Amino acid sequence: MARILGTSIKRREDPALITGRGKYTDDLKLQGMLHAVIVRSPHAHATIKKIDTAAAKAAPGVVAVYTAADVAKAGTPGMIPVGWLLPNLKIPPHPMLASEKVRYVGDGVAVVVAEDRYQARDAADLVLVDYEPLTAATDPKKAVDGTAAQIHAEAENNIAFDWEIGDAAAVTAAFASAAKTIELDLRNNRLIPHAIEPRAVLADFNSAKGDITIWMTTQNPHVHRLLMCMASIGLPEHKVRVIAPEVGGGFGSKIHHYPDETITAFCSMQLDRPVEWAATRTETNLTDAHGRDHVTKAELALDANGKITGLRVNTYAAMGSYLSTFAPAVPTYLYGTLLSGQYTIPAIHCRVIGAFTNTSPVDAYRGAGRPEATFVVERLLHLAGEATGLGQAEIRRRNFIPADAFPFQTQVALAYDSGNYAPALDRALEMVGYDQLRRDQEIRRKGKGKQIGIGFSSFIEACGLAPSAVVGSLGAQAGQWESAEVRVNPTGSVSVYTGSSSHGQGHETTFSQIVAEKLDLDVSQVDVIHGDTGSVQFGMGTYGSRSAAVGGSAIWKSVDKIIEKAKKIAAHLLEAAAEDIEFGGGKFTVKGAPDRGVAWGDVVLQAYLAHNYPADLEPGLTATTFYDPANFTYPFGTHICVVEVDPETGTTKLLRYIAVDDVGNVINPMIVDGQVHGGLAQGIGQALWEGAVYDDGGQLLTGSLMDYALPKIHNHIPFELDRTVTPCPHNPLGVKGVGEAGAIASPPAVVNAVMDALQPWGIRHIDMPLAAEKVWRAIAASGRV
Amino acid sequence: MGQKIKLEVNGKTVEREVEARLLLVHLLREELGLTGTNVGCETSLCGACTVLIDGEAVKSCTQLAVQAHGRKVTTIEGLANGTELHPLQQGFWEKHGLQCGYCTPGMILSAAYLLSHNPKPTDQEIREGLKGNLCRCTGYHNIVEAVRWAADQMSS
Amino acid sequence: MYPAKFEYVRASSVAEAIGLLGQHEDAKLIAGGHSLIPMMKLRLAQPATVIDIGGIAELKGIAKNGNTVRIGSLTRHVEIASSKVLHQHCPLLAEAAAEIGDAQVRNRGTIGGNIAHADPGSDLPAALCALGATIHLRGPAGERAVAATDFFVDLLTTDLGAGEVVVAVEVEALSEKSGSCYLKFENPASGYAVVGAAAWVALDGKRLAHGGLAWNGVTATPLSGAAVIKALTGNEFTDAAIEAACAAVEPTDPLGDVYASGEYRAHLTQVYGRRALQAARDRAKP
Repeated sequence: MARILGTSIKRREDPALITGRGKYTDDLKLQGMLHAVIVRSPHAHATIKKIDTAAAKAAPGVVAVYTAADVAKAGTPGMIPVGWLLPNLKIPPHPMLASEKVRYVGDGVAVVVAEDRYQARDAADLVLVDYEPLTAATDPKKAVDGTAAQIHAEAENNIAFDWEIGDAAAVTAAFASAAKTIELDLRNNRLIPHAIEPRAVLADFNSAKGDITIWMTTQNPHVHRLLMCMASIGLPEHKVRVIAPEVGGGFGSKIHHYPDETITAFCSMQLDRPVEWAATRTETNLTDAHGRDHVTKAELALDANGKITGLRVNTYAAMGSYLSTFAPAVPTYLYGTLLSGQYTIPAIHCRVIGAFTNTSPVDAYRGAGRPEATFVVERLLHLAGEATGLGQAEIRRRNFIPADAFPFQTQVALAYDSGNYAPALDRALEMVGYDQLRRDQEIRRKGKGKQIGIGFSSFIEACGLAPSAVVGSLGAQAGQWESAEVRVNPTGSVSVYTGSSSHGQGHETTFSQIVAEKLDLDVSQVDVIHGDTGSVQFGMGTYGSRSAAVGGSAIWKSVDKIIEKAKKIAAHLLEAAAEDIEFGGGKFTVKGAPDRGVAWGDVVLQAYLAHNYPADLEPGLTATTFYDPANFTYPFGTHICVVEVDPETGTTKLLRYIAVDDVGNVINPMIVDGQVHGGLAQGIGQALWEGAVYDDGGQLLTGSLMDYALPKIHNHIPFELDRTVTPCPHNPLGVKGVGEAGAIASPPAVVNAVMDALQPWGIRHIDMPLAAEKVWRAIAASGRV
Repeated sequence: MGQKIKLEVNGKTVEREVEARLLLVHLLREELGLTGTNVGCETSLCGACTVLIDGEAVKSCTQLAVQAHGRKVTTIEGLANGTELHPLQQGFWEKHGLQCGYCTPGMILSAAYLLSHNPKPTDQEIREGLKGNLCRCTGYHNIVEAVRWAADQMSS
Repeated sequence: MYPAKFEYVRASSVAEAIGLLGQHEDAKLIAGGHSLIPMMKLRLAQPATVIDIGGIAELKGIAKNGNTVRIGSLTRHVEIASSKVLHQHCPLLAEAAAEIGDAQVRNRGTIGGNIAHADPGSDLPAALCALGATIHLRGPAGERAVAATDFFVDLLTTDLGAGEVVVAVEVEALSEKSGSCYLKFENPASGYAVVGAAAWVALDGKRLAHGGLAWNGVTATPLSGAAVIKALTGNEFTDAAIEAACAAVEPTDPLGDVYASGEYRAHLTQVYGRRALQAARDRAKP
């Protein structure tokens, strides 16, 4: 049979989704189901003086109204735990319903449960909450400056943590002897994930059995079950089943454990009836964990040859009102460790202060820490390319870690296992037609009209999260292996149970390609089951570009075990030694005697009949693997963006976007390209349009799509992609991961392009998003109009 | 208090008594079980709820069910001809025009409306025609490919 | 996402609609629903009664009568954008209508609903003001005509009186030699106009004979470009002249929001006014 690994087969998920038969959480209906609406704080920071639920309780269709007092009365733990610890991390309690104080606009204070969603919404308006407003802190730097409102008693000065990595003394020495230094103050803009499906949950408690089934929008159902049982709903894990139906995008926002799903489960347990909660867009935007929100000062030291000698980074990272599930890891171990980029940097130091703010919590969002690191490094490289006169290609080339230097130990903990950076840069230059573009740019620069800019981003990411012992030593409260159980059915078809829970990535297709390839089966003979704690033993979920590298490797290893056992059965049937059995072409044959063979189907059937069977072998043919990766994976690449800037209005138009990625081996090129496209759209969106803005009082000014500019189809352009292939050396598939690459690489490529266009005005930096007015103001302020 | 309405949904006559405030999307999803039509926002911008009313693309979250009285509504469930996929459904499948699939029904119906009055759109016309539909997964690249693929199929 | 309760009544004629408005306190008219329903979903609007005028046949359609084109208030944006009559006699209005929202919005939204809502970022009002359109209103006291420039009174506020219904919009047919342009700086989130400049010109050789200019998005009501047109009329219609005339525009109390400040909008007013006039000129036949 032809190879299927590495081919663009059509997605097996799609027939249901293109006909409207995919079932998302809010599509599910149970007999007697009720609807919950959560009453939320309109204040960013306030004490709760009184909650009056009488009118709401009396409203038509209302079944119950609960507040924190009811949670306490029920003896339900009702807490939202954090899943990653840092040294001296301040962990203030996070109750699922606020009792004494609210800490951001959107903090839940009560929940109304009614027969239909319109009635629940009507009654929510009747819950009267008496607040005493307090001043709010929304900016991560100002929040810790000693003058801001104190958000939690447990975190003095609103400091959640003060973390560092690298060698401060070595950096000081590097700067002391530098030929040139570059300094940059920047803000990495806060983003709202905006999965198009808002979060939703349907909880169905059955008091007769004492168990609950929770369908929810989740990227990692087992992790949600674990956290819910640890601290939230007071049921043991074996009595809780979490199911992810179709999930309409996540980008990180559906990793985290939020109050709302827990509140809904609480309601179902109290009422012994199914209860559903579906967020409106406004609610999901107010309460989903946001991404980024850093205030950073970065400095680069260079020698006379343009070689980087030191990097110093100081960052204030917003945590938001409470610590979200993996929040402490994002601006620390997923950020500081990536600051070496693709370069040999002999001295690096990074300090990060995590700040509580009266905003939605901040946690992992597509890229999670790595885009912020890449932005720092690639913006500095751009400025270094200008300041040294070496240009954008040469400054990078000169500092690349050489291809023969791998494995390469950086100064910020990571050991890159493989890499070959120059070919991706070369290919991107070739694709964009670099020399001609620079000539076009020169011509434009002679006029006063629209200017062309070219921006580079040579990026690296650490994916395939993650070696468990490593993340454990860094504070993770969970392992980050992945599980896969491969069950071969008696008639030879295969059911794969994976802990990687897909929400758009195409796991059912990609994973079945792995199995079909190895077992020489038609892909239709393989089914992939995921997203259900009732059928999959345990799984860590889908995030951190980990599914193929970790989840796929687990499947690979399980299939290896299947083949190994099947060989023993075949050996028995063929009266040969197991070590002499070869498998290929759908049959087992004896080495050196290819005509002595037995087909896959006959061996599988015998595994279940066990009539003519090895005495020392158990019947059945299943295998389970808990695959713990040996290292992170390190995808890389070079992206080049070309823009046109209208200096009169400050508007930026995308002209070209070239992405050359190295994600190792590729299982399904069509799906891999699609992941790059999506990441690019989000990263370019961050650079040009997106940004969550809170006013000083903590009101989210960009809470709806009327004000938050989610990238639209007519503002985007076709992307030009290519790949180099440097396989990952430590997993069996040689894959590295692709889900986040586009979002990590593209923001600096776009910003560098715009800054390149603005070079005639001497403009060094503008914070994202590069809204037209900001560009126009920078030009006006340059004095060179 | 209920309003009596009669309309045709995917070729079948539907008669219901509904609250006046019931949005068309909720009639389709909650009352008729046609959950292919999704809700992604509340400001009439995401387009996930797009259906065809008398052949025209409309955001069903911005219509009262009573306003659809006497009209013909087509949802994603009614687009295929029996088991034969509509060329747009096929195109989205062929060209990987979807990932999570949540925006897809609305996107396909908007594209169907576009092709109904512009059978051979340029790429730019496809992008302008679909600007009322947001997708967070695909970067739109393959959506344009999918619509172009369908347009080619339908015109050949 | 879930509107509050209201009473729903259908009107089958304008007279009935006016009668119903008189009978019901706190009533709102609904046609396409694309201004009202979004507000109701967010509960920013909670009318006690909604009167559906969507089925009133007499309010639909576009017709040329002599030198004027009359557009019924229930005419949808898609119909305006694709109207052959308007493309021939008043392409500016068709061009502005084509810029509204997106295809789905244009399929439901009506010109009457649009102007009655009077959103400053909406695309039609500037075109109507530039064209010197007349708005026809009918109420308990009969029918009256209001100049578009007088109809828009303030932010989301019009001259519509209690019990009055917009019945039609009337514009003068422009010479086929004239040129026009609606140029929009779109808010990347909402799709509304940050600034939209609507311009039409008729040339006499190289000189500007007649014209109209207005902006939306800049101020609470459409900003008039009459002074610009006056300064340019009779003179040679060069880029330099246009630039100088537009540079003199200083909007009073420009709107500002999280996306664009008043100062920036004022700047865009000049730039978009100039570019729209230039484009209109280049589309005109001498």
